[in-house]
Amino acid sequence: MIRWDWIGRNLPEIRELLGDHIVMALLPILLGLLIALPLGLASVRWRRLYQPTVGIMNVVYSLPSLAVFIVLIPITGLAEQATVIVPLTFYALAVLIPSVVDGIASVPTHVRQSAVAMGFGPMRRLLQVDLPIAVPVVLAGVRVATVSSISLVSVGALVGRGGLGYLFIDGWQRQFPTPIVVGIVLILLLALAADGLLVVAQRLLTPWARARSSA
Amino acid sequence: MNWLIEFFGDPDNWSGSSGIPFRLLEHLEFSALALLAAVVIAVPLGLWIGHTGRGALFVVLSANAARALPTLGLLVLIVLLVGVGTTLPVLIPLVALAVPPILVNTYEGIRGVDRDLRDAAYGMGLRGGQVLLRVLVPVALPLILLGMRIAAIQVVATATVAAYVGLGGLGRYIIDGLATKDFASTIGGAVLVALLALAVQTAFTLVNRVAVSPGVSRRVKVR
Repeated sequence: MIRWDWIGRNLPEIRELLGDHIVMALLPILLGLLIALPLGLASVRWRRLYQPTVGIMNVVYSLPSLAVFIVLIPITGLAEQATVIVPLTFYALAVLIPSVVDGIASVPTHVRQSAVAMGFGPMRRLLQVDLPIAVPVVLAGVRVATVSSISLVSVGALVGRGGLGYLFIDGWQRQFPTPIVVGIVLILLLALAADGLLVVAQRLLTPWARARSSA
Repeated sequence: MNWLIEFFGDPDNWSGSSGIPFRLLEHLEFSALALLAAVVIAVPLGLWIGHTGRGALFVVLSANAARALPTLGLLVLIVLLVGVGTTLPVLIPLVALAVPPILVNTYEGIRGVDRDLRDAAYGMGLRGGQVLLRVLVPVALPLILLGMRIAAIQVVATATVAAYVGLGGLGRYIIDGLATKDFASTIGGAVLVALLALAVQTAFTLVNRVAVSPGVSRRVKVR
């Protein structure tokens, strides 16, 4: 079923698609984090912002990706990276904003009070106390968003830019399963690798969690 | 906007086997079948795993792996191997998509029920199965319905892709429009699918309001 010689002959192209895929899957996560952090912090400070923000994000999340890609074509262009990156950024936001809010909310009040009592200003408390404690909850959101993003990019192949998703279209049009299998396997491996890296990042960013469990 | 007027204003789009009502029914038929199959598989499994605590690791691992599974790839692969003859090959990837959210939420819902509540039910003399059906399920219902809602929305959205391998449904407008550079049809189809997804979301909110016992919904924090 798998034609190994096809893989050998097309390695450079597969590598190029993989690179394209990684950019289109991960850039939305980075952008999403950059936007979700300030928005999430604002929603924690002004609680009234939270419900509308989450409401809008829920609606965005329920929009089919293919539909959004298509509606964007007149604006961002057919087969452009932006056509995929913009909607995926919104999907990432829909997951990340609630995790940032839940993460900050997970900081125990007595910890926050201790920080204030020790003379921490608001900015220093945020950077040195609130955010580090929020890391596990935020990263849990980042993991979900990253894995879905990696898988969703492939739908972009239907509008001409889907990274490894191109292999699905190629295999279908030529009625030839090898590229399809290669695409599925690479996407799964990519998701697995990204998820593993995030788990490692979480361990590095929260050394106290390890100290507690080994004590 | 002109595209929308062109698409929705065309009388040909409102009748016959390529009309919106017919395509919508087709779309709902696949989606409902896939969702139903997923519920039949995932709910009993989730109840059992949540109630007995056996196989929890399986739930966590399979849910993460399933999220990474590209539906478009799975769909073209299965149809390529099995053939387009029946709708069954299309249902498989859709069911695979819908099972994890329902399974995870059912499991988490049952497992998350307050221990005291469970103990009280046993203390009142209920047996295992009765505790599950009369206490745990009603309390976990909001989460179970949430899982079904997520699954339903994903299925409705993804059933669009089925048109790519030659099936009907609203995806036809999108895929055919892309193939023939008929942008009005593509945009119109995309808008229809988005509206359908929102309708499903609303429908589940209503079901939630009717089905969940008021004693439960008052205490559950709504996200």
